[in-house]
Amino acid sequence: MTSKLIVNKIGLPRFIISTLFVFVLILAVVLKVPMDMLLSDVIKRFGMYGILVLAMVPSIQSGTGPNFALPIGIVCGLLGATMSIEFGHVGFSAFIIAVLFSIPIAVITGYFYGKLLNAVKGSEMAIATYTGFSVVQLMSIGWIMLPFKSGQMIWPIGKGLRTTFTLEKTFGHVLDNFLHFNILGVTIPTGLLLFFLGACYFVYLFTKSKTGTAILAGGMNPNYARASGVNIDKGRMIANILSTVLGAVGIIVYSSSYGFVQLYTAPLMMAFPAVAAVLIGGATAKRAKISHVIIGVLLFQGLLTSAMPVTNKIFPVGNISEIIRTVVQNGIILYALTKVEGGK
Amino acid sequence: MAEVKEINKKNSQLKSFFIKNIVTIIFIVITIIGILLSELSFTFIVNELINRISRNSFLVLSLIIPILAGIGLNFGIVVGAMAGQTAIIMVTYWGITGLKGFILSLIFAFPFAVLFGYLTGKLFNKTKGQEMIAGLIVGFFANGIYQFVFLYLVGTIIPMKNTVMIKPDGVGLRNTISLCGGDYPDGIKYALDGIFRLNLFYFMIIGSSLVMIYAVYKILKNRNKKYIPVKSSGTYITYIIIALVFIAVSIGVLVSGSSLAMLKVPVITLAVIAVLCLFNVLIMKTKIGQDFRTVGLSQSIAKVSGINVDRTRLIATIISTVLAAWGQIIFLQNIGTMNTYGNHMQVGMFAIAAILIGGASVTKANVRHALIGTALFHSVFIVSPTAGKTLFGDAQIGEFFRAFVVYGVIGISLGLHAWKKRAVSRL
Repeated sequence: MTSKLIVNKIGLPRFIISTLFVFVLILAVVLKVPMDMLLSDVIKRFGMYGILVLAMVPSIQSGTGPNFALPIGIVCGLLGATMSIEFGHVGFSAFIIAVLFSIPIAVITGYFYGKLLNAVKGSEMAIATYTGFSVVQLMSIGWIMLPFKSGQMIWPIGKGLRTTFTLEKTFGHVLDNFLHFNILGVTIPTGLLLFFLGACYFVYLFTKSKTGTAILAGGMNPNYARASGVNIDKGRMIANILSTVLGAVGIIVYSSSYGFVQLYTAPLMMAFPAVAAVLIGGATAKRAKISHVIIGVLLFQGLLTSAMPVTNKIFPVGNISEIIRTVVQNGIILYALTKVEGGK
Repeated sequence: MAEVKEINKKNSQLKSFFIKNIVTIIFIVITIIGILLSELSFTFIVNELINRISRNSFLVLSLIIPILAGIGLNFGIVVGAMAGQTAIIMVTYWGITGLKGFILSLIFAFPFAVLFGYLTGKLFNKTKGQEMIAGLIVGFFANGIYQFVFLYLVGTIIPMKNTVMIKPDGVGLRNTISLCGGDYPDGIKYALDGIFRLNLFYFMIIGSSLVMIYAVYKILKNRNKKYIPVKSSGTYITYIIIALVFIAVSIGVLVSGSSLAMLKVPVITLAVIAVLCLFNVLIMKTKIGQDFRTVGLSQSIAKVSGINVDRTRLIATIISTVLAAWGQIIFLQNIGTMNTYGNHMQVGMFAIAAILIGGASVTKANVRHALIGTALFHSVFIVSPTAGKTLFGDAQIGEFFRAFVVYGVIGISLGLHAWKKRAVSRL
C-alpha cells in the first residue's frame, strides 16, 4: 500500500526512469566504466539539452500541449547562428550575436505559429508536429538557396551550406569553457550550467508575472479564465512565441556545446526527446513546472548517456542505447497521451 | 428566366466543385508543370507510374475504413507494415519463394497484424481525439521494438542460422534482404506482378470495351421507363465517347510503333487492388459498415443507439492494420529488395499524403480519393528531382520540395479540419 502511494506521488514515468537510471549507474560501477568520464558527459548533456526542454514549459502551461513544433524554433536559432558566422564574428561575441539575431526571427515566426495554433484548437499536437516537419523541409531548400559566402560553412564545390560544420573557430564550447573546473576528474562546464539555470530562472520569473499567471489560468481552465476576463488567445500566442524563442536559443547553446552545427533535416526529430524529457520529469500534457524540466533532463539524458558505455560492454556490437532511447522516449509520450482528457 | 437560373446553378456548381477539390486541382497543376520541367521521356514517366500505382494503391486503400469510423488518418499502418515484413522475413528464411511464398507470407502476416492492430486500437480508444499524434508516436515506438527483435534477438534468443540474411557475426538481420525471383529465386520478387502482364494498350482497349458494353447496357435499361435512372443516358454516352477516344489512341500508339507500345501492366496486381476497392465499398453496406459510419458521425449518437463504440473502432483499426500488412507485402514483392530497418517507416506518411492529395479529409474518404491521390502523389515523386534540377540546377531541391509537400499537405489538411470543426461548433 505505502509503496503504491510513493509511486503515485513520484509519478509512474519518473519512478520507472529513475529506477532504470540508478540500475544503469550501478551496472556501470560493476562493469568498471570510468565514472569520471561518464559523470562529465551526463553533466554536459544536461546543460546541452536543458533549454530545448525548457521550451516545453510555456506551451504546456498555456494549454497548447507540448511544443511538437520545436523544429520551428530550432530553425530560427540555426539561422541566427549561420548569420553570426557569416558576418565574421568569433568567440563569445559570435555566440551573443547569434542569440541576438535569432530572437527577432523567432518572435516573428512564433507569432505566426501562435496564430495558427489559435485557429486549430483541439488538435494542436498533431498539427504542430507536421508544421514543424514541413518548416524543416522548406528551410532545407533555404540552406541551399540562401546567399551565404563564409568559407567555414559552404561546400567547397557545389551549392549551399554544408550539412554539418564545425564551430572550432567561432563559438564552439564557449559556454562550456567559461569558468570550467575539475573535481575528482569530473569536468564542470560552469558557463553552460549557469546559462541554463539562468534561462530557467527567467522562465520562472515570467510564469510568476501577471502575464504568466494569466497564461497559466487560461491553460488550466479556459472557461473559468475567460469568465474572469483573461484573453486566452493572446496568452497562448505569447507562450508560443516564448517557446519558439527558447527553442532558438536552445539550439545555439546545443550547437556551441556540441561543437558542430547540423543543418538540413537534422532538426526534424528533435522535438520528441525534448517532449519526452519534460514528461519524464513529471509534467503532463496539461501541467509543467521548471522543476519538471530540471529533473526530466537529468534523468532522461543521464540515462541515455550512461546506458551507452554500459550496453556497449554487454553487447559489443551495434547501438542498443539508440533502441533504448527510441522505446523510452516514445513510450513515455504515448503514456502521457493516454492521460490527456478529451475525445468527442 | 429559367435558362438564366439554370446557368447560375451550373456556375455555382462549378464553383463548389473547385472549392471542394482545391487540393487535387493544385496538385494536377503542379504535376503538369513538373512533367514539363523534368524533360523526362513520356514513356519513362508512364512506366514508373504504372509501377508505383500498382505497388502503392493497396496501402493507401487501407486508410479508408478508419477515416470513415472517425479515427482519422491512421498513422498506425506503420505497425501493419512491420507485420508484413515480419512475415516476409519468415518465408524468405525458410526459403519458400515465388507465389507460394507470397501467399504464405499473407497468411503469416495475418495473426501478427491482428495482434498489432488490436493493441493499436486499444491505444486509440485511450487517446480519443489525439489518435493522429498517438498513431505517429506508436509507429516510432514499435520501430524501437522491431529493431530490438531483429537486431539483437535474432541469432541469440530466436534460433536463426542463415549466412545470407544474418550479419557475419551471427546476431541480427542484415540491412537489406534480397527477395529476388527469376531462375534461382531466393524471394518473392514479382510473385504477384509477374503472373500475368499485359501490354498497356491492349489493357486499355479491353477496359474501354468493357466500359462501352456496360454503358450500352445501361442506356438500353434506361429506355425501360419503369424506374427512375440514377444517371441519365447522356452521362453514359459521354462514357462511350471517352472509351472510343481511348481505344483510338491505343490503336494509334500500337500502330505507330513508338516506345510507349512496349509498356506492360501487372494485371493480377491491379485485379487484387480492384477487389480491395470493392471490399471497401461493400463493407459499408453491411451491419458493421453502418456501425463504422454511425460512430464516425457521432460517438454519442452511436452509444445511444446501442453500438459498442470502442469495439467498432477496434475492429476498424484491426482491418486497417491487416490490409496495411498485406499492402506492404505487395509493395515489397514489386521492389524486390527489403530494406529491413527502413522500408516501413515512411509508409504511413506517404500513404496519408497520397489519400489527402486525392481529396480525402480527416472525416471523408473513398476509393476514388485513394486512387487519384496515389497517381498524383507519385507523379510529383517521379518528376520532382529532375524538375528541381532544371529549375534550380540542383536535384536535391526537388527532393526537399517533395518532402515539404508531404508534410505540408498533411499539416494543412489537419489544420483545415480543426478549423472547420471549430467554426461549426461556434455557430
